Amino acid sequence: MKLLLNDELIEDNTLASDYTALRYLREKRGLMGTKEGCASGDCGACTLLVGALEEGELRYTTLNSCITPIQSLAGKHLVSVEYLSQQNALHPAQQAVVECHGSQCGFCTPGFVLSLASLYEERQSTQQSIDRESVCDAISGNLCRCTGYRPIIDAGLSMTQVEPDYVALLSQNHKVKQTLSELESSASLADDGSKSRNYVQPQNLAQLIAAKKACPDGVLIAGGTDLMLENTQRYHDFDDLIDLSQVTEMTTIQDDGQYLTLGASVTYADLETYCQDKYPHISGLLSRIASRQIRNRGTLGGNVANASPIADIPPLLLAFDADMQLLNVDGTTRTVSINDFYQGYKQTLLATDEWIVSFSVSLEKLAQCHRFYKVSKRMEDDISSVMLAARFAIEDDKITEVRLAFGGMAGTPIRAVNAEQALTQVSVNDEQALQRAIEKIRAELHPMSDVRASSRYRLDMACNLIRKAWLALNNQEAVTFSGHAVSDTLLITGNEETNHA
Amino acid sequence: MRKLPQDFTLGDKNAGQKGALPIHESAIKHVTGQAVYIDDMPEWPNELHIATGKSTEAHADIVSINLDKVRAYPGVVDVIVQADIPGEVDVSPVLSGDLLLAGNFVHYIGQSIFAVAATSLRAAKQAVELAEIVYQVREATLLPQQSLARQEFVLPTHTIQSGDAPAAMKSAPRTIQSEMYIKGQEHFYLEGQISVAVPNEDGGVQVFASSQHPAEVQKLVARVLGLPVGQVLVETRRMGGGFGGKESQAAVLGCMAAVLAVRNRCPVKYRMPRQDDMVQTGKRHDFWNTYHVGFNEAGEILAAEYDMVGKCGCTADLSDGVVDRAMFHADNAYFLPNARISGYRGKTHTVSNTAFRGFGGPKGVILAENVIEEIACSVGKDALDIRKLNCYQAGKDTTPYGQKINDDVLPTLIEELELSSDYRARRKAIQTFNAQNRFVKKGLALTPVKFGISFTSKHLNQGGALVHVYTDGSVHINHGGTEMGQGLFTKVAQIVAKAFGIDYQRVNVSSTRTDKVPNASPTAASAGTDLNGMAALDAVNTIKDRLRDFAIEHYGIQPDDFVISDDLVRLGEESMSFPEFIKLAYMNRVSLSSTGFYKTPKIGYDRKAAKGRPFLYFANGAAVSEVIVDTFTGEYKVTQVDILHDVGDSINAELDIGQIEGAFVQGMGWLTSEELSWDEKGRITTNSPANYKIPTSADVPEKFTVKLFERANSEESIYRSKAVGEPPLMLGISVWCALKDACASVCDHQFSPPLAAPATPEAVYYAMQAARDYQEARL
Repeated sequence: MKLLLNDELIEDNTLASDYTALRYLREKRGLMGTKEGCASGDCGACTLLVGALEEGELRYTTLNSCITPIQSLAGKHLVSVEYLSQQNALHPAQQAVVECHGSQCGFCTPGFVLSLASLYEERQSTQQSIDRESVCDAISGNLCRCTGYRPIIDAGLSMTQVEPDYVALLSQNHKVKQTLSELESSASLADDGSKSRNYVQPQNLAQLIAAKKACPDGVLIAGGTDLMLENTQRYHDFDDLIDLSQVTEMTTIQDDGQYLTLGASVTYADLETYCQDKYPHISGLLSRIASRQIRNRGTLGGNVANASPIADIPPLLLAFDADMQLLNVDGTTRTVSINDFYQGYKQTLLATDEWIVSFSVSLEKLAQCHRFYKVSKRMEDDISSVMLAARFAIEDDKITEVRLAFGGMAGTPIRAVNAEQALTQVSVNDEQALQRAIEKIRAELHPMSDVRASSRYRLDMACNLIRKAWLALNNQEAVTFSGHAVSDTLLITGNEETNHA
Repeated sequence: MRKLPQDFTLGDKNAGQKGALPIHESAIKHVTGQAVYIDDMPEWPNELHIATGKSTEAHADIVSINLDKVRAYPGVVDVIVQADIPGEVDVSPVLSGDLLLAGNFVHYIGQSIFAVAATSLRAAKQAVELAEIVYQVREATLLPQQSLARQEFVLPTHTIQSGDAPAAMKSAPRTIQSEMYIKGQEHFYLEGQISVAVPNEDGGVQVFASSQHPAEVQKLVARVLGLPVGQVLVETRRMGGGFGGKESQAAVLGCMAAVLAVRNRCPVKYRMPRQDDMVQTGKRHDFWNTYHVGFNEAGEILAAEYDMVGKCGCTADLSDGVVDRAMFHADNAYFLPNARISGYRGKTHTVSNTAFRGFGGPKGVILAENVIEEIACSVGKDALDIRKLNCYQAGKDTTPYGQKINDDVLPTLIEELELSSDYRARRKAIQTFNAQNRFVKKGLALTPVKFGISFTSKHLNQGGALVHVYTDGSVHINHGGTEMGQGLFTKVAQIVAKAFGIDYQRVNVSSTRTDKVPNASPTAASAGTDLNGMAALDAVNTIKDRLRDFAIEHYGIQPDDFVISDDLVRLGEESMSFPEFIKLAYMNRVSLSSTGFYKTPKIGYDRKAAKGRPFLYFANGAAVSEVIVDTFTGEYKVTQVDILHDVGDSINAELDIGQIEGAFVQGMGWLTSEELSWDEKGRITTNSPANYKIPTSADVPEKFTVKLFERANSEESIYRSKAVGEPPLMLGISVWCALKDACASVCDHQFSPPLAAPATPEAVYYAMQAARDYQEARL
């Protein structure tokens, strides 16, 4: 395993497969600026920057080093807080935090500084300005218990205005670029995926099949944002890990004019960016999933295969009747519908030695009216109490097809088929049909009570969210809050300017 | 590198000149990652790591323990049970009952039964899972309601009375009788609990502790080791947050590490991973408050009968003070002419709850504010009018425990904020908005806080300091206070610089050590600057007196001719630099080091009579919060917050504003997204940040204005400043009241529906539902 850590080229082939980047920095390198706050990717004290070449350009994103295996970062540039200030000169993000009194106890500060630095890099290199929403997005995975965030947000807003000690952007560092491209070429030459290593990063499906054959017990890992909790919270030691995140066929998003195909290793962040203008409701939902750091790592395939009943991607895919392409280690492929994928609590159709390669969604369905609603205790980085993904196909003011897919309402992601039926082949504004659908929901779904919500609230929300979706269908978009600030328009009129897909 | 502003002037608050005040002494170290927390200290090659085996039962006798597999696990070096503790096993801060390791009996899930020291934390954590423990389960008490019903208390009940509450209640034109359950709060300091113990050559030990109370860690480490206190040295440079959670409960880690370090003759680290921290350490108390309040048609409170039951957990810990403070703040800012306030210390088989910013106060204040909201709806007035009517003022100036409110800060401050926040116009606009909008509703509330400053345990109201001046004119200050982010070290350094009349840059702060300043009180009760700043001032004055005496003798000048200001020493006509003068003093054998001491005057509370003056003064503040609620889901956003807060003459306005904003958001979190949950077995189900949600940056409104109230402390506090750590936390209650107000809007404020605390979206949804049901029943 080779990577560039700050300004040092590291080669280490002695590490356990699940050894985290955080532990590597602290235990092997004595870089103590990166902190462990929770070891579960929830607090951001361990945030690092990771730089990678994308079409020849260096791009830096943030990640939670506490749940990222160091070996998954092979060939990348890993940047810790120690590197950010050079020769006693503070980075603009650091300078701004100091000037705005953005640190109190200081334990979370290095993580915040790196999240802000990532925003600084991104915006400065594309010459975009920094607004409040972008700052809050950048630090959505960083918890601070002292300041109340105001001075940190101010720091983010002012970091392009501080008199900088140095202006060189990380992404403009040619030496780093060169090193990474050298690492890239040496890696693709060397890595045929069949080496007897404990952590393999196949670059294509053929290598993946070879790797899995060579190591039948190897555990598949993509972003690791859930799997690694086994390691850091339950102290399970993994032997061999096979990393899906670099498999080319699984990391692409393709629009062939009929279907949108999403590779299983596409991250939430990739999809969020892709949908920004094309499918704003989808990117809106993605902005409510986890935090910036987690979205940079977590994948669609991971979220779906994990089979959690409270995951947010499965209802979305259910609403669009997505097809899933599965690949077996023996080389055979099959296509199954997401509608058949979930068999029971944490049980799926996936056979042993089989994995998801991609999802495909019909563009026709994507063009139909769809809405996503996520209810949770906190707007940012929280798990859904209830999530609804709804789609309506309309012909001549009649609803011809409905999908009402829920998270948090059963042991699996689930469609409310009886409610769907009650709303099918009725006129779009038939309120009695809506009422019947709501009654069906109460009869067909039996959610449980847990730490996030009571059964009663979940059921009431399922009904109310359907009403919201129905109102949207009838051009009476009811306000739905997000992590973003409430607009002035809403504060004055009670209505949000709607932005129909 | 651009030079950071380091000049400072005291009394220059609200100047709006960014950077005019010293930044936090560690700010640059924070942003560069150079600030060292205990887990960042270099480890010794032979250092061991601790994990503990935890009880899986809430209340049980231990029938048998088999640790063979634990001992055999690779990496395990030592395993101890209670019998292996060389000294006493009790590590309670004040009373008794907190055992370092359980014996044959457990009384909460998560209680440590045995401890493992291994070559890595991972090995220790893996090993403890292999224990085989058999329990004989007993019935558990899990709720304060059950404690009261079963009369199970950790300490006796205390009652405060004024006037004749039962008689006044009988004759009151209107009464409200109800109850509210207020959940606790997890501290969620970003740095989890941690201590490292290093044995010394004399059989003693040095402990690096992330603790707000190093002197107590020292005392308890000595107790468990059976050593004199003087053989234990405890050092705390900084904490990554404390908030009360590291006042008493940090000692357990120091004690456990010390026992294993001395046994194994090697350094031992005890760091609790987040989940252990959330399961094994105490939190803010839940409170079950029942109330009966009588008032007249104008909304004036005539009688109040409050029963407040704290969920103390399995032992007393600091609960006596916590419940007392809840009682002392059940009036909040309002005069209660006839009152009976009883505080019960409910015993439950859950982790022992502990100090948390506000120390019970918030549970009293929210009760008072809830009562105001309900009275307002009952008499059909704006809640602000009820607040102003009942606010302490001339003629209504005595608290139920007999302390007089001597100034008119509160009414003035509330009035100022009412105007500056445009409260009345916004109220009108909100009424119109709510009438026009079915899907969203807004709410507004202005709530004050009056918070008593001083430890309610009188003996803790003392501070100590040690000041050295070196021959180059550099000054070194130690005091008993600890730095947890609040900026105490910065403020005390400012005080030392100002008291000397020298440049702030000359003053160095360093870690808190029990061998520098002994027997120090915890850094708590917001009193850090009040106590330690005064003690530092005393030390500086002692040295300055010696310097003056020397100058008079050496130069033959008059006492008044000796002045140190602007970093210059003026000796009549002559002047010289501070270092020059110090060097001269040294050559003439002047002692350049002194201790300093302070004890808070005037205070005293007679517990038998339940009357007295527990507090030297009150810190006051008020906040206006506005919210908007999605009626479909109960989800909401806080859209505007305006705060006016009383810190007396501010020592460092930037640090004070930081405390106010941070406390507000923490208080808001307590009452909104932060919900502690326990299952029917007594197991905490919110054991991770994945299921316990403190606010993020997106929860803080863009319109967030904090101003300092311009008035010096009328008591002789350090430079007439006021304590600021805890009081503004209770300003978060304005968000809760605004949510309640938004819910009441659906029934035209005819009824203030009960709202759970915290007001999660679910809680808000059902409160609004209750208001809607009320409205439907009425029509």
